[in-house]
Amino acid sequence: MTRRDIRTWLLVAPAAAWLLVMLVLPLVVVVVFSFGERAEAGGYAPAFTLDNYLNLGARATAFANTLTLAPLGTLACLVLAYPLAYFLAMRASPRWRTLLLILVIVPFWTSILIRSYAWIFLLGGQGIPSLLNALGLGSPRLINTPFAVLVGIVYGYLPLMVFPIYVSLDRLDKRLLEASADLGAPPWRSFLQVTLPLSMPGMATGSMLVFILLMGEFLIPAMLGGGKVFFVGNALVDLFLQSRNWPFGSAVAAALVLVMLVAVTLYMRFTRSWAGTRDDVSLM
Amino acid sequence: MESQTPIAELRGATKLFGEVVAAQDLSLAIRRGEFLSFLGPSGCGKTTALRLLAGFEQPTSGDVLLDGQRVNDVPAHLRPVNMVFQHYALFPHLDVAGNIAYGLRQRRPRPDAAAIAAAVEAALRMVRLPGFGDRRIWEMSGGQQQRVALARAIVNEPKLLLLDEPLAALDKKLRRDMQIELQGLQRSLGITFVLVTHDQEEALSMSDRICIMRGGRIEQVGTPRDLYDRPRNRYVADFVGKSNFFEGRAEAAPGGQTILVAAGGHRIAGTAPAPLAAGARVAASLRPEQIGLARAAPEDGGRIALPVEVVTRIFLGEHTEYLVRNRDLGEFLVLVPRQAEAATGAFDPGEAAQAHWRQGDALILADT
Ligand SMILES: Nc1ncnc2c1ncn2[C@@H]1O[C@H](COP(=O)(O)OP(=O)(O)O)[C@@H](O)[C@H]1O
Ligand SMILES: [Mg+2]
Repeated sequence: MTRRDIRTWLLVAPAAAWLLVMLVLPLVVVVVFSFGERAEAGGYAPAFTLDNYLNLGARATAFANTLTLAPLGTLACLVLAYPLAYFLAMRASPRWRTLLLILVIVPFWTSILIRSYAWIFLLGGQGIPSLLNALGLGSPRLINTPFAVLVGIVYGYLPLMVFPIYVSLDRLDKRLLEASADLGAPPWRSFLQVTLPLSMPGMATGSMLVFILLMGEFLIPAMLGGGKVFFVGNALVDLFLQSRNWPFGSAVAAALVLVMLVAVTLYMRFTRSWAGTRDDVSLM
Repeated sequence: MESQTPIAELRGATKLFGEVVAAQDLSLAIRRGEFLSFLGPSGCGKTTALRLLAGFEQPTSGDVLLDGQRVNDVPAHLRPVNMVFQHYALFPHLDVAGNIAYGLRQRRPRPDAAAIAAAVEAALRMVRLPGFGDRRIWEMSGGQQQRVALARAIVNEPKLLLLDEPLAALDKKLRRDMQIELQGLQRSLGITFVLVTHDQEEALSMSDRICIMRGGRIEQVGTPRDLYDRPRNRYVADFVGKSNFFEGRAEAAPGGQTILVAAGGHRIAGTAPAPLAAGARVAASLRPEQIGLARAAPEDGGRIALPVEVVTRIFLGEHTEYLVRNRDLGEFLVLVPRQAEAATGAFDPGEAAQAHWRQGDALILADT
């Protein structure tokens, strides 16, 4: 392991602990349940059947939504968080920096439920669409669309992306940028060749955190997707709490975990290979 | 004619950071191909002077010229100048070759890969690290990182190479080796070197000229010998070699000599490299090796003798260094060569002796 790997792992450690407690232990239970049958009154009855897995196609839409909107949401967070983190770490005066950092987390002080209600209003008929209408720009439907879910995701998860990137930029030795200029690189090339690669660990950590959490998201799609943009998380709420089909719910959950593991592994391999070859990759 | 234009020049350059005057009215012409050192204590503005030349700072007033062109508004990345940073500032995400190639890759049109690889390998050979190209930076020792930093700069063949205390982090032995190597490199490349250091020995041994700084100002610029023989004031003499200082008032004397009248009525005659007003507060500078030690005052009328008491004795091999004390003038150092000591015998701490020097040997300097 290189030092950078170790640092990445240390940054990922909280997520790893979260995984262990929240996923690995329940996972054993889930896997056992997923081969069982629904009891008469709902819940679990011991059995060994593959029916639950063969039935997964019934929730294909939820999987498709999750697998498009979670990566898309992660990407949107990354693209929006980077300039913000960059400004905070590299441009804001130290006097303002702390205040601005606090402002980034302030939204976390109220429940996501309440904040989502605010977005329901903003994206609803009397919010932004009516404003656009007044400006003569048409009246697009925003609420209960994938776009609304994406807005909610970015709004809710942006701070989780901002902080790791902020930390990696804050720790970047600013003399390296002077060295880059000294060697003839204009500022934008210094950014591409020094700042960006050296903030990779922060981007990787932030993306991983947001992506993993998004794969299990259910509240934002439920509130801003209005039952039209369903995530796997919503399917699980439905299966466990409404129809009380625990074995099928367990199979869906197990499949979700599997998909997540594959995605995370692919992602890690991608970032690592990029990190490994970027000596030779000249971005310009 | 072109070769007589200084390669770089500061003209009344002043740099303020808020209220702090980091550099004040610096005027200095750097000659083509010379090895110039900025010497002074920490915080005296050496780095600021270098950063003005590199383009990391813009002068608050005054001008910076490169090759006769005013470059005040030319950003660092467009100046044909390279810097070896104090803590190297090597790119941790690039290997050694990647670091060295960095400057060449910024050129437009961009040199082809083979040309870059060849230049990198040549630079590595020059700093005696052949074959180290694919090492990671953190796999290199401090001395090796220093060489990589040097290679990264010289591979660009800059008109001016700026070095900010490049050897400060190295241990003494390695520092000595690198000083010799740097000097050799400067000669063979013919690049103008501007070195910042607070180590007088380093400056004296490596430089063609030294620029002595104090409190953001230039005190004196000259060859090491100039500064040693004709320091402008006490501060400069103190920075260039070891010296004893006796304080007093100036008094004009015939034959271009100046007399210093010290406490207890002692009169020390000497030459004044810079003009002094009669009655000015001055210091007489005497090098420890200019002073002898005897059991009785010498008969020679041309010598001045002072009764002293030996305080400490340090054996230095070819020399013995005595710290002695005179009732009026206080403590000072005497360096006695081995041969002279053989004639008089060694003095023990506590013993009385006569310190003597040739009247007129002293330098009488402004006491600032
Ligand atoms: N960026 C800066 N902001 C404020 N003060 C500075 C800055 N850079 C240097 N100084 C001040 O300017 C003076 C000269 O600094 P410097 O040129 O680094 O000295 P040296 O290199 O001789 O140690 C010091 O008092 C230092 O504190
Ligand atoms: Mg300095």
